[in-house]
Amino acid sequence: MKMGKAQLVRKIALGLATFFLISSFSTSGSALAAGTSSILAGEIKDSTSNPLPGVKIDLTGPNGFATQLTSDAMGKWQVEVTSTGIYDVTLDQASLPSGQALTDVTKATRKINVLMLGTTLTVLFPIGPGAEKTPILDQSAQLLADGLILGIIIALAALGLNLVFGTTGLTNFAHGELLTLGGLLTYFFSAILGLPVFAAIPVAVALSAFIGGYLQDRLLWKPLRKRGTGLIAMLVVSIGLAIFVRYVFLFIFGGDTRQLPQFAGQAGIEIGPVSITPKAIMSTSVGLLLLIGATLWLLRSKMGKASRAVADNPALAAASGIEVESVIRSVWIMGAFLAAFAGIMVTLNQGVSFLMGQDMLLLIFASVTLGGLGTAYGALVGSLVIGVLIQLSTLIIPTELKYVGALLILIIILLVRPQGILGRKERVG
Amino acid sequence: MDFIFIAQQSISAAVGVNTIIFALAAIGLNMHFGYTGLLNFGQAGFLAVGAYSVATLVVSFDIPLWIALLVGILNSVILALLLGLPTLRLRADYLAIVTIAAAEIIRQVARSATFNKYLGGSDGITGKFGKDFFDLNPFQNGLNTPFLRYNGNDLWVVVTGWILVIVVLFVMWLLVRSPWGRVLKAIREDEEAVRSLGKNVYLYKMQSLIIGGIVGSFAGFVYALSRQSVQPDNYGTALTFFAYTVLILGGAARVFAPIAGSIIFWFLLVFIEQMLRQAVGAGYIPEWLIGVNQVGQIRFMLVGLGLMLLMIFRPQGIFGDRKELALDARA
Amino acid sequence: MPAPSQSNSRRDIALAALAGITPTPGVSKPDPIIVADNVVRKFGGLTAVNVGHLEIQRGAITALIGPNGAGKTTFFNLLTGFDQVDEGSWTFNGTKISGTPPHKVARMGMVRTFQLTKALYRLTVIDNMLLAATKQKGESILRAALPFLWNAQEKAATARSEELLTRFKLIDKRDDFAAALSGGQRKLLEMARALMVEPELVMLDEPMAGVNPALKQSLLGHIKDLREDGMTVLFVEHDMDMVRDISDWVIVMAQGEIVAEGPPNVVMRDKAVIDAYLGAHHDSTLEQDRG
Repeated sequence: MKMGKAQLVRKIALGLATFFLISSFSTSGSALAAGTSSILAGEIKDSTSNPLPGVKIDLTGPNGFATQLTSDAMGKWQVEVTSTGIYDVTLDQASLPSGQALTDVTKATRKINVLMLGTTLTVLFPIGPGAEKTPILDQSAQLLADGLILGIIIALAALGLNLVFGTTGLTNFAHGELLTLGGLLTYFFSAILGLPVFAAIPVAVALSAFIGGYLQDRLLWKPLRKRGTGLIAMLVVSIGLAIFVRYVFLFIFGGDTRQLPQFAGQAGIEIGPVSITPKAIMSTSVGLLLLIGATLWLLRSKMGKASRAVADNPALAAASGIEVESVIRSVWIMGAFLAAFAGIMVTLNQGVSFLMGQDMLLLIFASVTLGGLGTAYGALVGSLVIGVLIQLSTLIIPTELKYVGALLILIIILLVRPQGILGRKERVG
Repeated sequence: MDFIFIAQQSISAAVGVNTIIFALAAIGLNMHFGYTGLLNFGQAGFLAVGAYSVATLVVSFDIPLWIALLVGILNSVILALLLGLPTLRLRADYLAIVTIAAAEIIRQVARSATFNKYLGGSDGITGKFGKDFFDLNPFQNGLNTPFLRYNGNDLWVVVTGWILVIVVLFVMWLLVRSPWGRVLKAIREDEEAVRSLGKNVYLYKMQSLIIGGIVGSFAGFVYALSRQSVQPDNYGTALTFFAYTVLILGGAARVFAPIAGSIIFWFLLVFIEQMLRQAVGAGYIPEWLIGVNQVGQIRFMLVGLGLMLLMIFRPQGIFGDRKELALDARA
Repeated sequence: MPAPSQSNSRRDIALAALAGITPTPGVSKPDPIIVADNVVRKFGGLTAVNVGHLEIQRGAITALIGPNGAGKTTFFNLLTGFDQVDEGSWTFNGTKISGTPPHKVARMGMVRTFQLTKALYRLTVIDNMLLAATKQKGESILRAALPFLWNAQEKAATARSEELLTRFKLIDKRDDFAAALSGGQRKLLEMARALMVEPELVMLDEPMAGVNPALKQSLLGHIKDLREDGMTVLFVEHDMDMVRDISDWVIVMAQGEIVAEGPPNVVMRDKAVIDAYLGAHHDSTLEQDRG
C-alpha cells in the first residue's frame, strides 16, 4: 500500500464523496471519469418539473470543440469534454415545445468554465410558460390549473399527516417517504414485474397502505406510545426513520429518477387556454374523488367521527367507549393510502426518485401549518392555497424559486395569523 | 483486509475536519435545543450563511478574508433575528417549521440560476478564498504518522479548528453555568414560571438563538475554508439532521457532548465505510448484495437507524443525564 | 430563630383599616394597592369576568372565593398579565398595569404562584431559589461569561436563599432536584421562591390545593408571616376553614362578577353568597351547610 500523495488525494476524494452523498442531490448516476475528462450535463424541465424531451443543446468549446445534443425522454443531456477551458452552452429555443420558453431569453447561452477535469458540471436553463407566446390571462389559467393539481397532490399527502398529528400528537418527518413508497412500488410492479400501469397502481397503493400505514404504526409507533415516549423524542425517531428509509430506497432503486413504462411522454390536451395531459386528468380526478371520499369519511362515518373525537380529546374519547387504538390504526392506514396515491400522481408526471419524500415534505408541512394544524379541513385548504400560490408565483418570480415564494408566504402568514387559515384563535404561544 | 489503513482513516476522520464542522454545528444546536428547548431545524442555514458570506465576499467582491468572516457573523445574527422575531412568541412547532423553511429558502436561493453571478448557482463557488488563511500555515509538510495523516493545508485547518472548538466550548461552559444559563434551563422546562419571576423569556430565547447561530456560522467558515469551496446542496436538511444525530449521540445539554458525539459519529461512519468497502473488495460480502458504489448509502442507512435506536433506547446519549432530559417533554 | 407569627401588629393594623368599611361589592379601601375598573374578559360568547370596581387593601390578607367557574383564576391571570383583557384597566400602586406583560408585572412587585405548582423539577431546590433573585448582573448575556462580574452577587443571593429555605424548613433539600420533593414541599418551595423576588403583593392561586392537613397549618403560618413582613396577600381558595382563619377581607365572585365583599364572618352569612354557592332556595349559612 503506497503512502504519500495518492493516499491524500484518495482521502480528499473520499471526503468530497461523503459530502456529495450527505447532501443527497438528484444524482445523475454518471461515473466520474478518472480525472481525464469532465462531464457537462443538464436536465430540461418545465415549470411543473415535467421533463422536456427533444430540446436541442449546442456546445462549443476550446480546441474547436463543437457538438449538438438532444434531451432524452427524461429531459436529460450530457456530454464528455476532455479539455479545460470555457464552453458555450446554448439552448435552441426553437426546439422547445410550444408554450414553453426560457424565463430569460437573454440567457440562452451559458458560459461554463471547466477549471479541472474529473468533475461533473450542471447547466441550468430555467424554463417557464412562454412569456411572449401566451398572454398573461392564459398563462394564469394554465398556472391555476397546474396549481390546483399540485394542491390536490399535497392535500392527499397532508390529510394523513394531519390526522396522525391530531390523533397521536406525532409530527411524522417520515411521511414524505410514504409518497415515495407508492411511486417506487408502482414502478416496481410495472417496469420490473411487467404489470400494466393501470394494474400496478392499485396493487402499489394497497401494499403501501399495508406497509406504510398498518405496519409502521403496529411495529414502531404503537410500542413507542405504549412506553410513553415523549412527542419530541418520537419526532426525532421519525427523522431517523426518514433517513433510513430514504437510503434503503436509494440502495434498492438507485439514484436516477425512474419513469413508468407507459404514458411517459404524453402530449397535453388543450382545454381552452389550458393544456393538461390525459394522465394528469385521470389521476387528478381519481385523486379528487379520494380526497372527497376521505373528507366524507371524516365527517360522516363512525370511524371518521371517532377519529375527530380522539384528535380533540383522547382521554374523553376513550372514556366514552371509543377504541382509540383501532381509530389510530385506521387513520394510519388511510393516511398511507392517500399519500401513496399522491406519490403515484407525481410519478406519473415526473417520475419517482428516492428524494421525492424529502422534496414534498416541506410543502406538506407548509400546507398543514397554513391551513391550521390539527383542523379537519385545514390540510385541504392549506394545500390548495400552497399549490396555487407556488404555480402562480412564477408569473413574478423565476420558476426555479417558486418554492421559495411559497415558503415566504408561509412565514408571513405565521406572523400574521399563527393559527393558520382555519385554526381557532386559541393561545398558540 | 487492511486494518491498519482502516484504523488510520477512521482515526484521522475522528479528529479531522468533518468532526470539527459537525462539533461546532452541534454546539450551536446544543445551545438552542439542549439548553433552551428551541426546535431549530434550520441549523444548516446558519452554516450556509457563514460559508457563503466568506466565499461570495472574497471571490466576487474582493473583500479581505477577515472582514468577510466578520460580515458572516453579522449575517448569522441577522438570520437569527429574522427567524426569532416572529416565532419565539409562538408554540415550539412554529419555530421548527419556520427554521426548516428558512434553511430551504437559503439553499434554493443559493443554488438558483438567478443569483448565479454572486452565489455560483448549483455548482457553488470554488476559489482560493482561503488564501489569507492558508498563507499563515506553518505546517507545509503535513502530518504523516501511523494513525494520523493530513496534508499541510488540512493539518492547519484541523489545528486551528480544534482551537476554535475549545475556545467556543469554554465560552459555552461559562455561559451555561452562569445565572443566564440558569434562566435558560428554567425556560426549557416552564416558561410561565420564569415569567412569573420577572424574567423576559422572549429576550433570553432570542439571545440563545443568536449565540447558537453564530457558532453555526463558525462551522460554515470551517466548512468553506477547509475545502475552499461552497456547494449549495451541502447545506440541506440532511446536514441539520446529522448535526442533531451528533448532538443526541453525545448527550444534549452536556457542554462537551457535541465534541464526543461528533468524534464518535465520524469515527464510526468512516470505520464502517472502510470495513464494508474492503469486505466487498475482498469478496467477503458478495457483489450482488452490496455493490462497491453502494457502500456510502449503507452508512447513511445506519445513521438513520442509529438515530432511531438512540432516541428509543438511550435518548440521553452517551454522556447525558436522564433526569435533565428535555426530550421527555410533550411538545 | 424568632418566630415572626407571634407579633400580630400588622394584622391589627390591617383589621383596623378595614373596620369601618361597608361590606358592599366595589367599596373603596383606605389604602388600596390595586384598583380595578370595568374589567371584562370574554371567551367566545361566554363572559368569564365582569368586575365593575374592585380595590385591594394594602397590607391585608384578602381572600377571593366563589364557586367553580366564577372567574377567580381568570381574574387572577388578568391582573398578573398572564391573560389579555377585553375591556377595562387596573392600577398597581397607582400605576396603570393593564396590558403590561407578566414578567414586567412581576418586576414591579406583584408576584403570583400557580394552582399546579410550577416548581422547576429539573433544577435543584437552591437553583429554583437563585433563579428568582432580582437584578442579577449574571443574567445579562454580556456579563454572563465573566464570572468575576457577578460572583459576589451570586454569593449574597445564595445566602438569602438559604435563609428562606431554612425558614420554610427546606434547607436539607437544598441540593435535591425539585422533582424529588413531595407535593407539599413543592408548594413551600414555590412560596419561598416568590419571596426571593421581594414582592409587595403576593398572589396565591389555591395555595391549599392538594396539601395534606399536617402541612396546611405550616402553610397558613407562612402566609400570615407574609403579612407580618409587610406584604399584601391576595389568594384564591376553596378551603373555607383557611379563609375564615386568616383572611382580613373576603371577596366573593360568581359568574364573573363580584357579588359580595367584607370581613369573613359577614360575608359567610350574606344571602347572595350562599345563593351563589348553593343555588337559590336554600336556608342555611355556608358554615352550617358544610357540616
